[in-house]
Amino acid sequence: MGTLEKHLRERRDSGRKLLMPYVTGGITDDWLDVIRAYEDAGADGVEVNIPFSDPVMDGPTIQAASDQALRRGTTPRTVLSELRGLDVSIPLIVMTYANIPFRMGYRRFVEECIQSGVHGAIIPDVPYEEMDAWEEAVGDADLDTVMLASPISSDERLAKLTARSRGFVYGVNVLGVTGERSEVGTWTADLAGRVKQITDLPVVMGFGISSPETAAAAAAPSDGVIVASAIMRLLLDGGSALEAGAFVADLRRAIDGV
Amino acid sequence: MTTTPTAADSIMGDVPDGRFGRFGGQFVPETLVGACQEVEHEFRAAWADEAFRGRLDGLLRDYAGRPSPLTLCDRLSDELGLRLLLKREDLNHTGSHKINNVLGQALLAQRMGKKRLVAETGAGQHGVATATAAALLGLDCVVYMGAVDMERQKLNVFRMRLLGAEVRSAETGSRTLKDAVNEAMRDWVATVESTHYCLGSAMGPHPYPFMVRELHRVIGTEAREQCLALDGRDPDVVTACVGGGSNAIGIFSGFVDSDADLVGVEPAGGAAVGRGVAGIVHGSTSFLLQDDHGQVQEAQSISAGLDYPGVGPEHAHLAELGRARYESVTDAEVLDAFQLLSRTEGIIPALEPAHALAWVSRAREELAGKTVLLNLSGRGDKDVAQVAEILGEL
Ligand SMILES: Cc1ncc(COP(=O)(O)O)c(C=O)c1O
Repeated sequence: MGTLEKHLRERRDSGRKLLMPYVTGGITDDWLDVIRAYEDAGADGVEVNIPFSDPVMDGPTIQAASDQALRRGTTPRTVLSELRGLDVSIPLIVMTYANIPFRMGYRRFVEECIQSGVHGAIIPDVPYEEMDAWEEAVGDADLDTVMLASPISSDERLAKLTARSRGFVYGVNVLGVTGERSEVGTWTADLAGRVKQITDLPVVMGFGISSPETAAAAAAPSDGVIVASAIMRLLLDGGSALEAGAFVADLRRAIDGV
Repeated sequence: MTTTPTAADSIMGDVPDGRFGRFGGQFVPETLVGACQEVEHEFRAAWADEAFRGRLDGLLRDYAGRPSPLTLCDRLSDELGLRLLLKREDLNHTGSHKINNVLGQALLAQRMGKKRLVAETGAGQHGVATATAAALLGLDCVVYMGAVDMERQKLNVFRMRLLGAEVRSAETGSRTLKDAVNEAMRDWVATVESTHYCLGSAMGPHPYPFMVRELHRVIGTEAREQCLALDGRDPDVVTACVGGGSNAIGIFSGFVDSDADLVGVEPAGGAAVGRGVAGIVHGSTSFLLQDDHGQVQEAQSISAGLDYPGVGPEHAHLAELGRARYESVTDAEVLDAFQLLSRTEGIIPALEPAHALAWVSRAREELAGKTVLLNLSGRGDKDVAQVAEILGEL
């Protein structure tokens, strides 16, 4: 079992809901401080985005975050090399689109992730049908590939993607792209329930979580939440790493109360 | 019943696994995989269904005006020292080849019980065709178009709105075709239960490159028969412009098993095949303009319809097999060709197929005495205002 999965299972099994905030690598000068602030605020892992020019699963906020990072000269190599010196103890999961590892070469990308202390990867435009080459490149490296489950995935697809997923299963709360939403819909409980029937991997829900209320609502039927747009908006608006951390601490309290 | 595959089948035949050699695939988010599979399943069923084919053929004939003529260009042939045949897709209803694909996909959407179409458009020709088919079949229609393209193709924006479609501007990135595709995919991810994505070129995730090719195969099939009727033989060269690659793949499909040379023509500022670097965007692996880090680069072309950094995966495959070759031409050469065809033949072409003519004109020595079939994929009305601005008073 990979480091990421072991860590998340232990925390989940101890009765804790998992909290995984997201940051766009290179969004600001001090984006590594944002990760440190997440850890201090009680995050259980951090999703680090390697920005891509054409993020089709992302709404306006994360597009803007990616654009800002790219304008600052961010590349896959700058993100991964800056992570190398990072002194946090919670696992890091990279999230990016297929062309980024494809261009670098899957194998090379995996090696760079490992050298940067990354323990998981999320590539939303690589469904399991397209995953063989990537899985082969990962081999037995300590890099868990996290698969996304959609509210409209059939039971058959859920079984297959769950079987290929490592670390956790990323449950998508909505039909649609990333972005803040005022409420968590009925799909969340339905999808979390369906996935939990198939697997004992942690099931963590993301997309649309924008407040302590929505975090608590999505964490209740699942093992935890991923939060992205709400924090990226805060940073795009000039918020500091500490403010991002304070927001994550609010989310922590909310899901601990579930 | 199974038929024995022939050599041609293995090049431009069925694509059961969505792969064209090392290109193609279905690189889409989990939410869209089921929808892509449904489109494939329904398309295969429809394609084997005589009633569906009859309905589509009827619309192509009685509504779109097929078959499109084959025109022998006497004066221009003399001027270039070769024999130039034009496949007149410009004479189709809505003014381009795009209608072939759209009528098929709109009927398919209806068959799947989808009440809404989304589409991307560059020059606006695919958007106009989609809006037209939606009006014809009583479907809702939303077309995404880059803000830059909305400006340079105002006439088509107005046409789409007149046809009852909603045109939404894509304001991100280069604000051209690539960004319109991003927005259309984002829309589809959110609306996939009620909406069919009517993709406008032979690109995107499986089954689109295959399906769009099959829906444009009519161009090549007709042209081959027309060439045989006229000359008793195949042309020496078949050429077409390549943006995403739909008009080119349509005409190539009729000649892939002939001895004709197949030549795709890209804009110099968007020569994805010409540069030959593989990448993954918009659902498939193909050649893609990108930087060293994998960020997609913006294409630069006078023609909104070719201003796209990628290319359909089958073209990448044909290039790698050596069955087709790909040339590129500059905006200046295109403007010359645009005027040349207008003056010598009384046909104002769209800027896109003017690319193919620009190559023919440049390569006239190599082509001396040969019969060249050019897919005239659209008419130039949409481009006249833009060209007038560039050329000033004639
Ligand atoms: C007339 C015409 N030809 C060609 C194209 C390019 O598309 P494709 O390469 O798919 O044929 C367009 C696209 O807008 C067009 O309008």
